[in-house]
Amino acid sequence: MSRFNFFIPAIGFFVLSLILWRGLYLDPKELPSMLIDKPMPEFALTTVDGNEISNADLPNRMFLLNVWGSYCLPCLIEHPTLMRLAEEGEIPVIGINYRDKKQLALGWLRDNGNPFTFSILDESGRFGIDLGVYGAPETYLVDADGVIRYRHVSVLDEGVWQQDFLPAINKLQAESYAQ
Amino acid sequence: MIPELGQFSLILAFCLSILLGSVPLVGAAKGNQLWMSLARPLTAGVFVFLSISILILAYAFVTDDFSVQFVAQHSNTLLPARYKMTAVWGGHEGSFLLWTFMLGGWMLAVSIFSKSMPIDFVARVLGVLGILCTAYILFMLATSNPFDRIVPLPPQDGADLNSALQDIGFIIHPPTLYMGYVGFSVVFAFAIAALLSGRLDAAWARWSRPWANVSWAILTIGIALGSWWAYYELGWGGWWAWDPVENPPLITWLFGTALIHSLAVTEKRGVFKSWTVLLAILAFSGSLLGTFITRSGLLTSVHAFASDPSRGVFILGILGLAIGGSLILFAFRAPLMKSNFGFDLVSREILLLTNNVILVVASASVFLGTLFPMLYQAITDDLISIGPPYFNAIFIPLMALLVLVLGVGPMCRWKKTSVSYLIEQLGKIALASLAIGVMLPTIILLQVSWVAIVAVTLAAWIVLSMLKDMANKTSNKATRLAGLRGLSLSYYGMQTAHFGMALMLIGVAFTSEFSEEKSVLLAPGEGVDVGSYNFIFNDTQSITGPNYVANQADFSVSKNGNSLGNLNPERRIYLATGTPSTEMAIDAGFFRDLFVTLGEEKENNAWTMTIYVKPFIRWIWLGAIFMAFGGTVAAGDKRYRRVRQRYLKREEQASAINLQLAS
Repeated sequence: MSRFNFFIPAIGFFVLSLILWRGLYLDPKELPSMLIDKPMPEFALTTVDGNEISNADLPNRMFLLNVWGSYCLPCLIEHPTLMRLAEEGEIPVIGINYRDKKQLALGWLRDNGNPFTFSILDESGRFGIDLGVYGAPETYLVDADGVIRYRHVSVLDEGVWQQDFLPAINKLQAESYAQ
Repeated sequence: MIPELGQFSLILAFCLSILLGSVPLVGAAKGNQLWMSLARPLTAGVFVFLSISILILAYAFVTDDFSVQFVAQHSNTLLPARYKMTAVWGGHEGSFLLWTFMLGGWMLAVSIFSKSMPIDFVARVLGVLGILCTAYILFMLATSNPFDRIVPLPPQDGADLNSALQDIGFIIHPPTLYMGYVGFSVVFAFAIAALLSGRLDAAWARWSRPWANVSWAILTIGIALGSWWAYYELGWGGWWAWDPVENPPLITWLFGTALIHSLAVTEKRGVFKSWTVLLAILAFSGSLLGTFITRSGLLTSVHAFASDPSRGVFILGILGLAIGGSLILFAFRAPLMKSNFGFDLVSREILLLTNNVILVVASASVFLGTLFPMLYQAITDDLISIGPPYFNAIFIPLMALLVLVLGVGPMCRWKKTSVSYLIEQLGKIALASLAIGVMLPTIILLQVSWVAIVAVTLAAWIVLSMLKDMANKTSNKATRLAGLRGLSLSYYGMQTAHFGMALMLIGVAFTSEFSEEKSVLLAPGEGVDVGSYNFIFNDTQSITGPNYVANQADFSVSKNGNSLGNLNPERRIYLATGTPSTEMAIDAGFFRDLFVTLGEEKENNAWTMTIYVKPFIRWIWLGAIFMAFGGTVAAGDKRYRRVRQRYLKREEQASAINLQLAS
């Protein structure tokens, strides 16, 4: 057997380490949605307040779609950021109350404050499935034409807002001016 | 003040590890007896300070010292005492301390049970382990210190231990798994010591074997405990999910299984030396890689600790040093070892090599499947997930092949076996297995199930060829009993473990094939049939636990009108975090498990629930227990105890020769 053969394991390991090292800087949570650059799926549901709602009721401007639930602790972490965005009128935030109970959802909004223009009630999680929701919290950026442009899994705090959302929004605005 | 003592103790352990990782190794290289003899006391010192360190962390938990960040994150005043103590391994920092402590324990065991080995070898083994220990402690001190404080304002109460972890499984699974995992570091250190000294002979294999067997047995139990825990705690009705964090222990276990077989050949026949050394390195790499995957945030998983790339880089550094370094050492040293290839194409050597190839291929496939999503993302920036179908498609045929070889192997002779002898011995066995496999499940089930036929045939093949082999090996003694007494412990260990494989095979096949489950919405008083069992949902009541409140449901179970008792699953809300958690109720049995998990309450007190009937599932873990028992029994063979006398005799002879030469 050639002496070189004995180096094969070491070389294999070296290649593997390079890949692992590269892998460290990838974020497995950064799930690309199947629906990026696709229109929002059709829906006809009610809000947590009991009003009927469908695609036609969505704002005619860019907005955030935030998946939340009263059971979701990280949602409390991002809650102040959403409140600020709503209060300062920076961007409308629409909630999807995901796999939750109506009473619990209403209680949560009453106790913590309601940043949402309205919250779509998705008790069964069916709409979440259409949207490809991974879990609460999760936030989508939807443009004025109702097309999903960006997705963020996990907490949306000020840092994520500054680093990820603002650049995405600026890019979209630049595109719409260009047209 | 007391947590600082823990920290200080960790630093002392670090300093002693540095000495342990250098002085005895240099001593062994230079032949300095004094330096080599420091290995044992230094090891004891490292162990003592690691113990103090982990005890102080446990003390911080028991006394609710929330000024320690790790305690504040993983405990709560309401947490029951047994979980406070074991919350030590409820998160990354503490569990790594447990890992390092386990290494300390193994090192101590080596220093005690190594009286039969020459001092330079012991010094090298402990030195290599000392280097590992140094790296682990440095990692803790630099990136994940469990004694970090929250100053100046500690929280009033802690965030609580993850509710899924508040269970007996959490108390026993991680320590057992870690102990098995870390045990392979010892076998690795033996291999490195052998490479360093250039003494890769039968004695090295004989010294390594008991350690490899015991580590393998503990790892087997550790994995089985994890599977059992996941089965009854997570409530999805499965026992194995090919989760990225479940896989590394399996990878290690498969390499370990190959290793204990290969060590047998190296010890008995003096062949496959470099291959065996490589397997020892690979098994250890599997365990390190498991740590890396769990702790670096490389993959998303139910098990993963919080992700932090700086930790990942550090562990990758340790990985590079330990695995890369040892593989380079291997590349330079292994070609110097000569194996005498004196065996035929049909021989036990070749069958054991086949076993090794199958196990290594299986391990490599699991490894590839585990890392593939990450590889894919690294190359294409897209995400995919590799599901159980990939793993099953590769793993199941390989294991079936392995079982076929397993039947022939023990029957085969070293060096050369004639094919006609094997056919004469095993032809009837094969036909009998096939007959049992076809008839037994078909008669009992009154239906033709291919999975059952294949599984029973293979299991019968293992058991019948085993009995035949025992009959052969005892036939030339005066009585059978005398013959059975004459067989060695390692032989019994092997057969016990192989029998465990047969049990596990039946368990896996039958559970996968014949499980039934139903998800239903039931109001009090309503019932449902699952399989041949009838479940009636009586009512629910509210109960209060130490740190949770729960709805407890009551079910009456019966089969053909005969009552089998009641099942009481719960739906808990843990107070500190408000996390809901479901506690299923299981009626365990030798031939089937029945279990119920409670979902959510709907209107009119009706609840959603899932009811499962799982035939033969206990056999999976029973098989693992047999394997582990077999491994342990084999390690107790008197051959390993006799080594000492034999070695000393050889030393005497050698020194006598030296004296003659000198004079």
